[in-house]
Amino acid sequence: MSGEEWQITWFTAWVSALSTLIILPFGLATAWVLARRDWRGKSIVETLIALPLVMPPVATGLILLKLLGRRGPIGGFLHDKLDFDIIFTWRGVLISLGVMSFPLLVRSTRVAFEEVSPRLEQIARTLGASDARVFCTITLPLALRGVVAGMILAFARALGEFGATIMVAGNIPGQTSTLSLAIFQSVQLGQDAYAFRLLGIAVVLAFLAVWTSELLLRRKGTK
Amino acid sequence: MKLLLQRIRLPLASFVLEVDVELNRQVTAIFGPSGAGKTSLLDLVAGLRRPQSAFIQLNDRVLTDTGGSVAVPTRLREIGYVPQDLALFPHLSVRQNLLYGHKPGAAANHLFSYEHVTRVLEIEPLDQRAVTDLSGGEKQRVALARALLTHPRLLLLDEPLASLDQNLKARIVPYLARIRDEFQMPMLYVTHYLGEVEALCDEALVIENGKILWQGPAVDLLKKS
Repeated sequence: MSGEEWQITWFTAWVSALSTLIILPFGLATAWVLARRDWRGKSIVETLIALPLVMPPVATGLILLKLLGRRGPIGGFLHDKLDFDIIFTWRGVLISLGVMSFPLLVRSTRVAFEEVSPRLEQIARTLGASDARVFCTITLPLALRGVVAGMILAFARALGEFGATIMVAGNIPGQTSTLSLAIFQSVQLGQDAYAFRLLGIAVVLAFLAVWTSELLLRRKGTK
Repeated sequence: MKLLLQRIRLPLASFVLEVDVELNRQVTAIFGPSGAGKTSLLDLVAGLRRPQSAFIQLNDRVLTDTGGSVAVPTRLREIGYVPQDLALFPHLSVRQNLLYGHKPGAAANHLFSYEHVTRVLEIEPLDQRAVTDLSGGEKQRVALARALLTHPRLLLLDEPLASLDQNLKARIVPYLARIRDEFQMPMLYVTHYLGEVEALCDEALVIENGKILWQGPAVDLLKKS
């Protein structure tokens, strides 16, 4: 692998991992609320959370661009008050990967939480446990494999993200170029051999992520 | 023990649970067919369900008063609960299950100490085992010990012997009697077996479709039946 290939692979892997870690607490909280609470309008919240899964990624990217751009409500505030830019930086990559993989994390984690018997949580409360202790000592350990599988799926989704990322962060070599973006660009430029090398790396990374997820789910099923 | 269950109203799937009783004996059987509302009543006492209306007082402590907006959280009620499915934590060892709610300093005497409770229920040798490896009777005793180790002021037992065969039942009943006598533990004991009422209970409530049909001494229920 050339230095450039290493750089792209390393950047893609760490920004995908970091985005997964950042969305994890929000994903856990959202999944727990969806699994354990009912309220009027819950289905609207569920639909909103799932939207990035079904919407064209480019459309999601456009929404992010409008929100986070210098003339957008969030991006404008950050630029004016903190001199902080998101669009066309690695932070833009991070946010678009997080937004696009969030629904997958929530979906997998929610199922894992739903499989934990609420009776176990109730009895833990009769034993004097606070809600936080019940979550940390009963719910999370029993759902852990599903949570980890969800994290891996989210990571894998982030590895392959293209549409939203190119809208929000562009494809700046050495700064925002991920494997997907670099493959697209090299095909556009007719550099097929380079594109295939990057493709091979992407396949290996994605295979490892999904395989690990499958192993975890299988262990969960046999337990 | 004095337990007031007054103005209780809880809509369930096919009927409304409506209860208004005062319980003064040590062990009260809640007797009735499946689906009569017995478990829901225990859940209300433990604070696991929110009633439409209720006034629940254990000794001098009001636990629930919907009129006065009192709802003591489950974790602060000091009520032990052994549900029908036992709800042992499958990812924890027997010892970890037992120590989950144990309050070592709460008991003024050694009655509720880990050593004493595990000795009375004869589960000391199971200490390091996984709960998933235990037999039905062992699980039953671990669930009882786990509830006892919180030093509860009231123990709720929801058909604790329902899943056991006759031999195992005969072996577990003496343990329950020891808990009653040795720990002087007040209990609400849900069952639909008269034999258990006879062996363990002082008083009985007969409940059907969410309504109390009869209340009186356990011996009278036996004669009546």
